[in-house]
Amino acid sequence: MQERLKELQEEAIQKIEQSASLKELNDIRVAYLGKKGPITEVLRGMGKLSAEERPVMGALVNEVREAIAVKIEAKQKALEEAAVLEKLASESIDVTLPGSPVKVGNHHPLTRIIEEIEDLFIGMGYQVAEGPEVEQDYYNFEALNLPKGHPARDMQDSFYITEEILLRTHTSPVQARTMEKHQGKGPIKIICPGKVYRRDNDDATHSHQFMQIEGLVVGENIRMSDLKGTLEVFAKKMFGDDREIRLRPSFFPFTEPSVEMDISCKICGGHGCSVCKKTGWIEILGAGMVHPNVLEMAGYDSKKYTGFAFGMGPERIAMLKYGVDDIRHFYTNDVRFLKQFSKHE
Amino acid sequence: MFVSYKWLQDYIDLTGVTATELAEKITKSGIEVEGVEILNDGIKGVVVGHVLEREQHPNADKLSKCLVDVGEEQPVQIICGAPNVAKGQKVAVATVGAVLPGNFKIKRAKLRGEESNGMICSLTELGMEGKVVPKEYSEGIFVFPAEAEVGVDALALLNRDDEVLELSLTPNRADCLSMLGVAYEVAAILGREVKLPETDLQSSTEKAADYVKIVVDAKEDNPLYVAKIIKNVEIAPSPLWMQTRLMSAGIRPHNNVVDITNYILLEYGQPLHAFDYDRLGSKEILVRRANDGEKFVTLDDTERTLTSEHLVITNGTVPVALAGVMGGANSEVTPDTTTVLLESAYFIGGTVRKASKDHGLRSEASARFEKGVDPNRVRVAGERAAYLMAKYANGEVLEGAAEADTLSVEPAVVSITLEKINRVLGTDLGMKDVKEIFDRLQFTVIVEQGTITVTAPTRRGDIKIEEDLLEEVARLYGYDNIPKTLPIGSSTPGRLSEYQKKRRFVRQYLEGVGLYQAVTYSLTSEEKATQFALEKRETIRLAMPMSEERSILRLSIMPQLLEVLKYNSARQNDSLGVYETGAVFLANGEDLLPVEKEHLAGAITGLWHSHSWQGEKKAVDFFVVKGILEGMFAKLGLAEGVQYVQAKVEGMHPGRTAEIILNGEKIGFVGQVHPSVQKELDLKDTYVFELSLKAVLEADAPVLQYEAIPRFPSITRDIALVVNKETVSGTLKEIILSSGAPLLKEVQVFDLYEGDRMEEGKKSIAFSLKYVDPERTLTDEEVTKVHDRVLEALKEQAGAVLRG
Repeated sequence: MQERLKELQEEAIQKIEQSASLKELNDIRVAYLGKKGPITEVLRGMGKLSAEERPVMGALVNEVREAIAVKIEAKQKALEEAAVLEKLASESIDVTLPGSPVKVGNHHPLTRIIEEIEDLFIGMGYQVAEGPEVEQDYYNFEALNLPKGHPARDMQDSFYITEEILLRTHTSPVQARTMEKHQGKGPIKIICPGKVYRRDNDDATHSHQFMQIEGLVVGENIRMSDLKGTLEVFAKKMFGDDREIRLRPSFFPFTEPSVEMDISCKICGGHGCSVCKKTGWIEILGAGMVHPNVLEMAGYDSKKYTGFAFGMGPERIAMLKYGVDDIRHFYTNDVRFLKQFSKHE
Repeated sequence: MFVSYKWLQDYIDLTGVTATELAEKITKSGIEVEGVEILNDGIKGVVVGHVLEREQHPNADKLSKCLVDVGEEQPVQIICGAPNVAKGQKVAVATVGAVLPGNFKIKRAKLRGEESNGMICSLTELGMEGKVVPKEYSEGIFVFPAEAEVGVDALALLNRDDEVLELSLTPNRADCLSMLGVAYEVAAILGREVKLPETDLQSSTEKAADYVKIVVDAKEDNPLYVAKIIKNVEIAPSPLWMQTRLMSAGIRPHNNVVDITNYILLEYGQPLHAFDYDRLGSKEILVRRANDGEKFVTLDDTERTLTSEHLVITNGTVPVALAGVMGGANSEVTPDTTTVLLESAYFIGGTVRKASKDHGLRSEASARFEKGVDPNRVRVAGERAAYLMAKYANGEVLEGAAEADTLSVEPAVVSITLEKINRVLGTDLGMKDVKEIFDRLQFTVIVEQGTITVTAPTRRGDIKIEEDLLEEVARLYGYDNIPKTLPIGSSTPGRLSEYQKKRRFVRQYLEGVGLYQAVTYSLTSEEKATQFALEKRETIRLAMPMSEERSILRLSIMPQLLEVLKYNSARQNDSLGVYETGAVFLANGEDLLPVEKEHLAGAITGLWHSHSWQGEKKAVDFFVVKGILEGMFAKLGLAEGVQYVQAKVEGMHPGRTAEIILNGEKIGFVGQVHPSVQKELDLKDTYVFELSLKAVLEADAPVLQYEAIPRFPSITRDIALVVNKETVSGTLKEIILSSGAPLLKEVQVFDLYEGDRMEEGKKSIAFSLKYVDPERTLTDEEVTKVHDRVLEALKEQAGAVLRG
């Protein structure tokens, strides 16, 4: 009997080792350890044994059963692992295929520039002021020291609707309105972005509609040197720390003294190229100390208050910053153009 | 204003300052120099030649065979195509090896079998603009005066060895519309002296006043009129140096008398006019306003109809010139003229501007009057012109002048304190520094304690108030030398308004879901202005549009966005989403500003999602766009108050359009563009929305408040309802929500079936209902009770039955 058991154990182990699938393994389990299996058969035959032999035999049977069960379990684990590996192997993919596209649009380049400038000045304590695009002649011209018949009105031929109402030619009326609202009291620190309109034929460098951003600071001790310092902070943040600025005297009816600001040309590093017309400098904006007539008309005592103002064109800045060569691109909205401005900077 | 570097040296010593350096200095101290043109740049090897022989080319009708002495040992044969070439002329010859503009190299050549050793040049071939070339040479070669020396540099003789500074003048600096004005400016910059031109001459014993009487009726338009008389002039070409200076400044030479008036215009900034005295037909000049409808032929042979707003110079009866703008054909100087009446006058800018604008005649003269001439130069400019006419037209200048003078010339006197200068500029200048600046400007200065009082010369009409003096100090002290500071004093909080913040959010949100931001024009055509308008109003039209296409202010953004889609679609981008935020303009009556309402519009066409290799493709539909809007409203905390109501909107698909209602107010629409419109624009199915952004951003949203997370499980019941086709899910949802409250927390549509297996006119909609009690675990019985109530309500209010 003992021998029979040993034989069975060896036979089972051999079969277990040879088994190739979980099903086969289960068949083996049933065959050897099941109720109808040969080992149970052996147990049944134990009745014939003596009382001394019985416990010895019982222990042996258990030993054999245990050995077979352990073997089956080990084999089962191995088979299962192999099955998982096989499944994973069959699931492999080409990771170089393109991902599912996520739809994302982006800011128009002009909005991008405007928000950048807004944020820069908000950081310096400015608020963003807005006003109507259709304006009264008074706010667009007269309150800005441009009385009717003033020759400088020629500089900005305008779209009139009636004799007294026109599409604003600059965002300066927002300044006039803001000053009026403050009723002769300071301080004011605002930046005014918006659309403006002039009678120009649309071509590569002109557009009948374009954007402007103007800034205004009014207070009791505002100096020309403050304007210069402010503009330098702006220019360096906007165009890079390596840029130099220079102020040139100029003329605007609403400021006196008036200046224009140039920044050093990045393309040629100031040596002169076609972009800067061989001067090494690129004109960026106009500025000046608020004209006393403008302050007085808005209700400020020009003996007590001074101020500075500046204005620039986001189109021009975008053209310089990104190398855009035709202003019409901003208003055609060709997606091949728009999507070039998606990079977060 | 074009300023010749060589000519400027007549008035100021420029030793040690090159043209480029000068340009830089002028720019930095106030007047932008746009460029410096080197006139003979890239040209060499052009000499004066003498045409010894000229005969017909044997093989070509239009060519001449010339033998030309170019100052070398042997004369050379040159073939010339100019019609005016002739024996005996002194001409400009580009010799073999010469280089002409455009890097055109002159080589020995054979033309129709005849050897040619160079080229006889016209002025345009030497780089001059056609419009300044004297008329007689405009079709051919230029001919030098006979005394020109053979073999010398022809470009030097033509004053092309010069550089021209192009000044870009702002309206306040009209003083620099003259060589003398520029000289004063340069003198202030360099700290040098100005040399004034020669005017002294021997006058005849006859008096100008005996020849003509000046009467000015319109004294306000013309406070000063001076006439000089020059007798016995010989009309001829002006000297070559004068012609070349005029040409460099952009003016075409005519004859000595006319050229001299133009030369003085450039030298003094004072426009002059020369009349043929004998052709005036009277001994009187009467300056008056024209009569309405009065006719007058200007010297460009155009008949002009005048109005009483125009000022005319007359001979007492008929006009002989449109004051300050253009002379008349009836009194123009001709080759036969012998006596010249020379007008030097002060006309008021506004009057001249009106006439030049009305007649489209903008000239060098009118531009100067418009900006204001120096009242103190009127007489001296006339004197100088007379001097030149004596010298270069052999004229006899009569003594004195006939005048009408009511002009009072008061130079501006302005005071400023040193303290103010330093306070406003942020500088630390001393009185000595400031005084020196005004001295350099040749302004008269009186210093009294801390105050400086300046009398500005009349040529600087722009100096009127303290701030003008500040500017003079700042620019001549140099902006480079002003320190850089930041404003001090009470601080202001820098921030965006709530509205501005939310608007930025909306833009970012829409871009985040895949739309590109567009910016389009506010001006559009009559037809497009009102399409898709949320509110119907009168259109607002420009008084003088530049084109019909851009003549009306828009009432909606949508037509422009559809144009954007059309443009892109025609360029192989037929799947695209764009949006725009911007004003639309609602008329408010003739004399009032329109209401400007900020709108938000979006448009999506073609495929919304496409991932080809995985076989995914989804065209945009109503629910894509609606989903975008729902997301936006949810983010703004407004979802609760928004309803979509089936609607008809012109230009939109009648069955696929909804009005958007926010808190009971209609704020916009969403839907599919009408298929016929899509077809017209050649677009695939296109879904759009337009709404009042103002209404959205100004709507009150509930304050964000934490709500306890349910601690007890929810119970979900799904129901499939059979309803009439016309019944909309929104109605059913509302019934469910109101009848299921308060335990019912969520309702969602999860299926819609309208297929064949349904009874005619019916459809099936399935909802998932979620019941929760925040306080305890719900029992089945409790839910069933409420659920039955819901089913009952559905049946009663919408005739909805459970699908069997």
